[in-house]
Amino acid sequence: MNVQARQTPTTAAASKLAIADGDIHPTRKLASEFDPWLEKRWRDDIATFGTRQRQQWQNAPAYPKAQPNASRRDAYPPEGGRQGSSLPFMQQQHLDPNNVALGILNPLGTGQGLQNIDMSIALCHATNEWQQEYWTKPDRRLRASVVVPYEDPIASAKEIRRYADNADFVQVFMLSRTSEPMGSRKYWPIYEAAAEVGMPVGVHAFGYGGNPMTPGGYPSYYTEEMVGHSQAQQSGLASLVVEGVFARFPSLKMIMIEAGFAWAPSLTWRLDNAWRRLKQETPHLTRLPSEYIRDQVWWTTQPMEEPEPRAHLRDAINWIGWDRLIFATDYPHWDYDDPATSLPLKISEAERQAFFIGNARNVYRGV
Amino acid sequence: MSRHVVAAVGEIAPGDRKLVTVRGRPIAIFNLGGEYFGLLNRCPHQGGPMCEGKTTGLVQASEPGKYLYSKADEVIRCPWHNWEFDIRTGQSYCEPDRNSVRAYPVEVTAGAALVEGPYVAETISVNVAERYLVVDV
Repeated sequence: MNVQARQTPTTAAASKLAIADGDIHPTRKLASEFDPWLEKRWRDDIATFGTRQRQQWQNAPAYPKAQPNASRRDAYPPEGGRQGSSLPFMQQQHLDPNNVALGILNPLGTGQGLQNIDMSIALCHATNEWQQEYWTKPDRRLRASVVVPYEDPIASAKEIRRYADNADFVQVFMLSRTSEPMGSRKYWPIYEAAAEVGMPVGVHAFGYGGNPMTPGGYPSYYTEEMVGHSQAQQSGLASLVVEGVFARFPSLKMIMIEAGFAWAPSLTWRLDNAWRRLKQETPHLTRLPSEYIRDQVWWTTQPMEEPEPRAHLRDAINWIGWDRLIFATDYPHWDYDDPATSLPLKISEAERQAFFIGNARNVYRGV
Repeated sequence: MSRHVVAAVGEIAPGDRKLVTVRGRPIAIFNLGGEYFGLLNRCPHQGGPMCEGKTTGLVQASEPGKYLYSKADEVIRCPWHNWEFDIRTGQSYCEPDRNSVRAYPVEVTAGAALVEGPYVAETISVNVAERYLVVDV
């Protein structure tokens, strides 16, 4: 294949509404970009043994992706490197033309969920310093996530507090496939620290908990993994509610990232229904599950559900609340949502403002 | 509707494509074994740039385990969400009743028969003996 010409993206979009993007994936051009923040011991270890995720059979994503690096084929930087590895090209292709005023960095493929916990701790910290050096310092529209080695929640809490007073960091970052259900008290030090420093905990699809990605076992196809993200998030959210995480940490905010949102109303209805009948089992909950969720949970929008007819999307958003959704593109990944075309609804100016930027400003600290 | 020179024949090898702009519209010109087809460079789903997609074929199955592969390298897959379109017709095979990408006829014309277009002067002046690709827009 030979692409002979590339359309030059428009460079200025001052006339467009400024938006927030709750899910941007920066990546390294070279693995060595982490080196300044990795002790020699870890550089040697990684060179010798590599990184090992908590999953069977392979050291790669469990399901091959439909596009190279799971990313848009038109997002390779002209100077070379993977999609998402060049700040100038991200600015040119995404941040400038889409008038992104606030972009949240969610680095993947770093060191979360590794079998070797000490290596995970070292790589997560390097990821955090790298975000600041390569992304948030040179572009003030971008904000970083505290990437935590969540299978060691004590180390994670320490990492969160390390950035407590650093305004470049606005969110704690986890993946949804943890080794235990997300509300398990093993993880509570993470939620406690996040609530203490005023950062929401973003839970992004994927991860390597060592469990199959569906409750019925390992599926055959990438398509099933894609829809399995909403199942993983639903299990995680139910666990957070029922284990009492929200009751215990009332100032904690959680953001469900890249796993859809239209499932939220039905999960909430079923939780309320079951809890009303069974609440003697969980006396630590003093309110309906839906009330905790309504007060403490947000969702990023991408990949947006595309019901037929599209107007049904409004019903789903009405049930969740127009103040609960944070627009996200997932740039540069292949299932990117374009801000101009991905919400094909007639919406009011107040709804537009909340959906595309206002909610993000309310949930991320100091933005 | 007017005719516009977009390339010389030799510019696009079989299997290749070229992005051109005609009257402000970005159009991807494809060479399928010597036949030329033009598609609007905006996917009808969310606007992905079709010119940067991968070409593939059409896989169909009458039942699990029985596959038919046709239209080898005649299907363009959007570089964003993998929507697939027949390069010859712009037809989508995912939801053929709903989505199709705007197709533009491309023909090969002798240089002397050309009318004005954005690249006419330059192209004619240097390639008067060549044959050109023109589109009607």
